[in-house]
Amino acid sequence: MSARIAIVVFPGTNCELDVAGAVTALGGRPELVFHTETTLGDADAVVIPGGFAHGDYLRTGALARFSPVMGAVAAHAEAGGPLVGICNGFQVLTEAALLPGALQKNAGLKFRCETVACRVDSSRSALTGEAQVGSVLRLPINHFEGAYVCDTPTLDRLRAEDRVVLRYVENPNGSLDDIAGITNAAGNVVGLMPHPERASDALLGSADGVVLLQSLLAAAGARAVAA
Amino acid sequence: MRYEARIEVTHLPGILDPQGATVERSLPALGYDNVSAVRIGKCIRLILDAPEREAARAQVEAMCDQLLANPVIEAYEIELTELVTAG
Repeated sequence: MSARIAIVVFPGTNCELDVAGAVTALGGRPELVFHTETTLGDADAVVIPGGFAHGDYLRTGALARFSPVMGAVAAHAEAGGPLVGICNGFQVLTEAALLPGALQKNAGLKFRCETVACRVDSSRSALTGEAQVGSVLRLPINHFEGAYVCDTPTLDRLRAEDRVVLRYVENPNGSLDDIAGITNAAGNVVGLMPHPERASDALLGSADGVVLLQSLLAAAGARAVAA
Repeated sequence: MRYEARIEVTHLPGILDPQGATVERSLPALGYDNVSAVRIGKCIRLILDAPEREAARAQVEAMCDQLLANPVIEAYEIELTELVTAG
């Protein structure tokens, strides 16, 4: 049976259909879940896609944290369910304290919209389980607030626990330690600024995001079997 | 009592402030070449009713910690003014 992937939609989210399309193409079953819902159905994995949740008012991701659906998202993560935040979704996960640190304005105040090279630095996460450590993926970025920051003890811990899953080969935004994506201690919650769903078919310019989405579907599938 | 709170949210020391840095680089172009340490934050004003000043401050601090500021990257300062209500 194909894995069910809940895709959370806030007012201002705009990448949900791209994620749904990529999930479908890879044999998964996407399900859009509106932010006012209080359950995720029986989702095997959850994706918080990119966009501008709640207009990014106050700070990116700050208001999305209070949406009714976030209780169910946190419970899913707590139970070990795979949860991935892409771009604005990553910002939402840091604001919700499901991942450490924060994302702030790019160095040089530049909105970066381009395809960049990212190196897989850990396969110990729900999004990189099937990726080769050291492999370089060409993934699109599309953000103004993508510079990852955290305090030194947090960075030390991320490094020591092998939790930086993705690093930019050439830092496009001033992100600390070239960080493009991180995971939580258990490896089931992942946040990244690049958009794997926009690199899910050669027609889009790159299919390098497929291995990431496949890893997520595999993690979701393993959970579906275990349930 | 009614209070006005003026909350100044700024980057924590050591956190890169790209807006401040960009403005700082721009000011010399206008001839202001004696400026340094430009930091840009945001200012939030709100009015709240509370039994007394300390209760008002405690509530505003709680709001800052929970929502108005992100303690990972931001610091805040609160200025409370008691509003004189008519009558």
